[in-house]
Amino acid sequence: MKVTMRVNGTERSGNVEPRVLLVDYLRSNLALTGTHVGCDTSSCGACTVLLDGEPVKSCTLLAVQVEGREIKTVEGIAQGGALAPIQVGFHEEHGLQCGFCTPGMMLVGAALLERNPNPTDDEIRWAISGNICRCTGYVNIVKAVQHAAKLTSGKEAAAVAGGTE
Amino acid sequence: MVPAAFDYRAPSTLEEALSILKQRGDDAKVMAGGQSLIPLLKLRFSQPALVVDIGRLPGMADIKRENGHVRIGALARHVDAEQSKELAKLLPMMVEAVHWIADPLVRNRGTVAGSICHADPSGDWGSVMLALDAELVARSSSGERVIRADSFFQGPFTTTLRPDEIVTEIRIPLPSGRAGGSYHKLERKVGDFATVAVAVQVEFDGHKVKKAGIGLTAVGATNIKATQAEKALVGHELKDDVIAEAARLAAAAAEPKDDNRGTAAYKKDVVRVFVQRGLKAALARAQEVKA
Repeated sequence: MKVTMRVNGTERSGNVEPRVLLVDYLRSNLALTGTHVGCDTSSCGACTVLLDGEPVKSCTLLAVQVEGREIKTVEGIAQGGALAPIQVGFHEEHGLQCGFCTPGMMLVGAALLERNPNPTDDEIRWAISGNICRCTGYVNIVKAVQHAAKLTSGKEAAAVAGGTE
Repeated sequence: MVPAAFDYRAPSTLEEALSILKQRGDDAKVMAGGQSLIPLLKLRFSQPALVVDIGRLPGMADIKRENGHVRIGALARHVDAEQSKELAKLLPMMVEAVHWIADPLVRNRGTVAGSICHADPSGDWGSVMLALDAELVARSSSGERVIRADSFFQGPFTTTLRPDEIVTEIRIPLPSGRAGGSYHKLERKVGDFATVAVAVQVEFDGHKVKKAGIGLTAVGATNIKATQAEKALVGHELKDDVIAEAARLAAAAAEPKDDNRGTAAYKKDVVRVFVQRGLKAALARAQEVKA
């Protein structure tokens, strides 16, 4: 059946069987392979995408359920070739080793900062509790999100300062 | 993993959904958030000919207070319960319980009513609803009926809901007077199903218990309402001996099995300890609720 959704700001439509999972639609039909398949049982969060801005597990969502809605994948984070603050955070704080969980971690982190620009470490750990990392441990991931929070609030402060001049 | 093929309908009105179920209810599964059903489809434990996605039905996602009840619409998600100011004020035990369910991403999709209809005996909401004496409103094309939580669960993944029915809302009676509750859960790691969990809700008349609800998770073929333990509390002050006796009766009502989460004897003892802790917490937290 036909399904139409916005993916990273662009309208995409295609024909899929109802049983096709969103993660497979993104990876196979749209060639967006940044969204990973990890456990495939909605435990690990490697397949995290943002559905209307909220992190969800795309291995536990049918593509047809997303009809008319908005998806953001890791490919949609960077703006015009510039790394987003969350990406800079993971780069600067070594928030990854193998990188398999990283797309999901970054999307969860970015969604958290949208809602809560200055989270505590506990709030970050709570937000990423549906995402599993098997190599770095979580310390640097928490630091990476904090780094992004500082970058974002720094930019806002600069923008406010700029606006008053 | 890929589910077996199925037909898919996403009706835009409740009437349309009910008419589909009237014709094809026997080989259909109703899906709300899909967080329980999709894993079953992928594992092919469930292979329905038709999935009826009710996720687009309008006006069913509210959590609101009305006529002495809190009404939870069929499409209210776990995260909606988690963030509900009404629940935090009126039934804080529910907000405590929801923090234990799965993880934040699953809670962004999964629904309270869907989880209850899935009827996993390890599910957390079932015990909460038993402790709160909730009712489920079931609609079919021939009308509406109200099912009490304690006559809803029949066995693992089995309820008294008919194939042509949809649960449209959950109604929870508001406590009157001073009330408090708690949800204690033992899990091996964050987001896991319970090894054991216990929901407790107590209403007080002065220092004495007016009404008590105790629901047990993951210790039987369904979530269990510990009726004898509840009765042993009514009319008494929550002194240590009363609490100990109720905890003993609740443990006796549990029917756990040995598995990789623990032995049956261990789980029964966790029930006993959690009922004690739960009742003490309910007493300490009890506050006036203006219904």
